[in-house]
Amino acid sequence: MTTSQKFTQMGAAVLLFLAVVGVILFVATRFSGRKADRAVATVFLLPTVVMVALGLVYPGAKTIYQSFFDAAGSSFVGFDNYATIFTSSDQVTVLRNTVLWVVVTPFVATAIGLVYAILIDRARLESFAKALIFLPMSISFVGASIIWKFVYEYRPNEQDIQQIGLLNQVLVWLGGSPQQWLVNPPWNTFFLIVVMIWIQAGFAMTVLSAAIKAIPEDIVEAARLDGVGALGMFRFVTVPSIRPALVVVLTTIGIGTLKVFDIVRTMTGGQFDTSVVANEFYSQSFRSANQGLGAALAVLLFVLVIPIVAYNIRQLRSTEAR
Amino acid sequence: MTTTTPPASELTPGSTIEALVQAPAKARERLTSRWASLAAVFIAVLWTLPTFGLAVSSLRPELAIKTTGWWTFFSNPQVTLDNYRAVLGNGSGGLGGNFINSFVIVIPSVVIPISLAALAAYTFAWIEFRGRNLLFIVIFALQIVPIQVTLIPLLSLYVTAHLDGTFWPIWLSHSIFGLPLAIFLLHNFMREIPRELIEAARMDGAGHVQIFFRVLLPLLTPALAAIGIFQFLWVWNDLLVALTFAGQPTAPMTAALSALSGTRGTAWHLLSAGAFVAIIVPVAVFLSLQRYFVRGLLAGGLKG
Repeated sequence: MTTSQKFTQMGAAVLLFLAVVGVILFVATRFSGRKADRAVATVFLLPTVVMVALGLVYPGAKTIYQSFFDAAGSSFVGFDNYATIFTSSDQVTVLRNTVLWVVVTPFVATAIGLVYAILIDRARLESFAKALIFLPMSISFVGASIIWKFVYEYRPNEQDIQQIGLLNQVLVWLGGSPQQWLVNPPWNTFFLIVVMIWIQAGFAMTVLSAAIKAIPEDIVEAARLDGVGALGMFRFVTVPSIRPALVVVLTTIGIGTLKVFDIVRTMTGGQFDTSVVANEFYSQSFRSANQGLGAALAVLLFVLVIPIVAYNIRQLRSTEAR
Repeated sequence: MTTTTPPASELTPGSTIEALVQAPAKARERLTSRWASLAAVFIAVLWTLPTFGLAVSSLRPELAIKTTGWWTFFSNPQVTLDNYRAVLGNGSGGLGGNFINSFVIVIPSVVIPISLAALAAYTFAWIEFRGRNLLFIVIFALQIVPIQVTLIPLLSLYVTAHLDGTFWPIWLSHSIFGLPLAIFLLHNFMREIPRELIEAARMDGAGHVQIFFRVLLPLLTPALAAIGIFQFLWVWNDLLVALTFAGQPTAPMTAALSALSGTRGTAWHLLSAGAFVAIIVPVAVFLSLQRYFVRGLLAGGLKG
């Protein structure tokens, strides 16, 4: 396909879509008055309902069904795939890594985001300082992975060979010998997690900074007059005031981390015991052609997300009720 | 750096007792604020240095990248655009076609879901019909479905419909995955518009289509911009949907870079320049529309 062919296809697709919307709008104008509500609601919602039903509901149900079948998807195996996830040593490593990711990333990223938000609050150049931390959010996980893979790059420790990765060079400057950061488990998983923290701290910082600015001035002033120091201010004023925002940030990063795939795929491909559930789903479904296990891993991901979301919604409800 | 002088202390400049009490507190504050600035600068440098290193590398000759660290650039500066030429070309290791694909993928994948979501959000917000709340809750709840759960069945649907190998599976998938969040956010924005405004338009005999275009759309531009940026960043930066549905001729930058990183992990001259070409577009969009982006983020819009 040439470039112009691609853009022609794209233009045709957009025009086709606009034509569909045009028909919907035209049909909607045919009805008027209050009795038209039902008809207009139907045509306005029709494309959305069809797409969501065919693209989310049906595939979701089908995947749950497939998770009870074997690798080829032909014979019923009950809960065997789920048993494999929790017993086979490869899969248990995958679970261990996923737990590490989900526990470490939200807390460290939120802590860094919170500390930074407090440090730069009302500082000169505040918005510039924010943009520096926030920019990784707009970079793709693939781009971030390449950036960090370069930081971790390893060259053998020989006379004429210089390090080209920053981390190993710093180690050499400090008198150490270079390491293959991404090869040795279980520490390599932590070096992958660093990338996710690097991306998510900006998100935490932005939301928490807005929450900090919303703390009523008189509370801060009253605490200051009571002689509360910087640390006390942090513990007794800032953190309790922004608790709802903290919960939202932690859970949102937690959900995002649970589904992390791109970083592992790009940096190690899941080798060296670094795979996580979302990456293992991809490997099993598309590389190892084990449809049943792949489906079970996807369902596991779904099941793990539900309690975090439920907790998040309950928190939101309770803050709204107050 | 920080200007934390409490305004209260300036109210009573004459009181010496006040000044005596305040003096140590002030000194301590200045001290902590110096450490605070240092810590902030430290974090900022730590966060910027990795990107900076790759940016510098992308401008160095291939041999220099592979044999010396990027920090030696400052003692021995050699600048070339060869890496960018190689990456944007169509030769071996060239990602020019993939760069085009990223644009071809992202435009319909933003336009389609946002238009449909605007219609749906309007319906949920301002039209009364039976089953409205139930349907809205179902669509709201679908936000939590991880896209992994849908990929394999969707793929076979596309194959059945003979759409595989074209851009359609990618456009449609991104549109479907973006719909629930876009509907939810737009619905929230639409509910904030005063009911009287809608009622007044109805009294004047305006139908739903007129109300949608004349009354709501102008007020919703910032919200549409915020959601548009989210969807743009999400689609542009996506890897999973691309790997699943895109073939060789339709693969976007992310898929091509990920493959390059796996198979030619030492081709740093291509990886660094390629990563920068892929990064520069969302960063430009983000920087120019940051205002809307942050507003959208605070409205609770983050898709995982």
